[in-house]
Amino acid sequence: MHSTNERQNPAFYALLAALVVMSIAPIYLMLSTSFRLNVDVMSETSSLLFFPTLQNYETVLCNVLWYQLDHVDYCDPSFGRALGNSLIIALISTGITLVTGCMAAYALVRFRFMGRGTMSMTTLMMRMVPPAVLLVPVFGIWTFQYQLDGTYAGIIMVYVAMNLPFVIWILQSFIVQIPIQLEEAARIDGANAFQVFFLIVLPVIKPGLAAASIFTFRIAWNEFLIANALLDRNTRTVPVTIVNSLTEYDINWGVIMATGMLLAIPPIIFTFVASKQIITGMTAGAVKG
Amino acid sequence: MSTNSMSRMTPYMFLAPAAGFMIVGLLYPIGYMIYASFLDWNPSQLIGEADFIGLRNYTSLLGDESFRESLTVTLKFSSIVVVTEMLIGVGLALLLDRNIRGISVLRTIFILPMMIAPIVVGLMWRYMYHPSVGVFNRILKDWGFEPIPWLSDSGWALASIIIADIWQWTPFIFILALAALQSLPRSALEASRIDGASGWQQIIHIKLPLMLPVLIVTGLLRLIDSFKVLEVILVMTNGGPGLSTEIMSLRISRTASEFRELGVAAAMSNYLLLLLLTLTIIMFVYNKIIDAREASVRQAVEEG
Repeated sequence: MHSTNERQNPAFYALLAALVVMSIAPIYLMLSTSFRLNVDVMSETSSLLFFPTLQNYETVLCNVLWYQLDHVDYCDPSFGRALGNSLIIALISTGITLVTGCMAAYALVRFRFMGRGTMSMTTLMMRMVPPAVLLVPVFGIWTFQYQLDGTYAGIIMVYVAMNLPFVIWILQSFIVQIPIQLEEAARIDGANAFQVFFLIVLPVIKPGLAAASIFTFRIAWNEFLIANALLDRNTRTVPVTIVNSLTEYDINWGVIMATGMLLAIPPIIFTFVASKQIITGMTAGAVKG
Repeated sequence: MSTNSMSRMTPYMFLAPAAGFMIVGLLYPIGYMIYASFLDWNPSQLIGEADFIGLRNYTSLLGDESFRESLTVTLKFSSIVVVTEMLIGVGLALLLDRNIRGISVLRTIFILPMMIAPIVVGLMWRYMYHPSVGVFNRILKDWGFEPIPWLSDSGWALASIIIADIWQWTPFIFILALAALQSLPRSALEASRIDGASGWQQIIHIKLPLMLPVLIVTGLLRLIDSFKVLEVILVMTNGGPGLSTEIMSLRISRTASEFRELGVAAAMSNYLLLLLLTLTIIMFVYNKIIDAREASVRQAVEEG
């Protein structure tokens, strides 16, 4: 097939370069804007020459910084608090989804039992439910029946339920690939179902767990609509604060881009650390659905 | 408990936590929504106090100009987006299916747009489309063209959000198509080359037909997901100007929170759900057919 030192057409590299620039340019623009003061953003001439500053980030994080700021007249604590809320909500819901999801996926793959068909069918169907569809019922139920509106527990419950179908679906495709002999050998050595699961299966599907946890974290970290409907001033997440600050007439682009950057950083880090797992997870679904 | 009944209970014990969450957090809310769609209900009432009005929410929606408008916008948005992304994504995959050094770095860069929060994607594009500070209009001005009212003109706004979505999601198609290409049986490609097929002939007669099952599933997945797009558009245009970019999800959330008509919003959600359900069933059935065909081919090979 291809020899390793095969020469490629220069146009081919030009195309590659153009694609890379196209995918990164908007992110780079956001990053560079977040280092500019609003005067620099607004000025007609400035394009490449500006004095980078961390002031926007300081403004955003004013209440969690340990030093006093001179350029901030009034410190708005909403963002720092939202960042904490987002972290707590995303981490806990990811944890719960992962534990319950891989147990369910294991049961669906390895056991034959009554209701298995229904369960796996339901899971598949639930994957398509858009958050907008859950808005009305979740608002009604969580406010009037569960009385969980404005609490961490309430929103975490929604995110876990929303993410479970997808996580179960991804993990199934990883568990199917484990050679059954591995589990049988453990059984013969006297391990019960739970020991087999925790000591044999879980360590083998680590890449799948990584992919699933990144997808779950991403949804919980980025979700806006339901968070906006359920959470109150004290429990608000970052996406909600961003949208709220956008409704103002005069947008301070530097500050808003710094906020956006802070929201974007965790997913970007995950992407660079675990891109291989993410791609495996993505393809596992479609290439063998 | 005897060991036998114990082992019969095991799968249910594994399933119980997930099933519990899904029943409380998904199935019950969806059932609740279906019930609510028959009510005349506003957020200040308890659901028990709302009047039962039968199918009136559904029928009045069908006659509602702005609902029909948002349905059209949604269908237009989804179909244009999916078709364009499939063409570009598959095209790029065919072009770039070679041994490239550093392909993994490239793939990492290409999945970045998908991983970033939709809210942030909306922010970035809103900034780039900005009439005076945005990069597009600055470039246009520098080159001596008229600035374009990207988000403030109802004709351009839909095109603008479509461009943003293409930027964000084409890599998804590209990566899946590339994975499909690289898992094609090498023997078929070799054979066709020995028979003297040109690059184009290989693509049209061998690669595309073999990739088709994966491409169809990918397209359907993307189509289903395109109906879920909400935040990007919310940040960029909030459905405006007028109703020109108000997709169904946005209309549902506005009906619930601004117009305070939960029953109508629920009925609308049900329409959207029915649409998605149809697509999911098509995908499911298609997968079954493909599996069945593969199985019968395998059987034929084994017997012959």
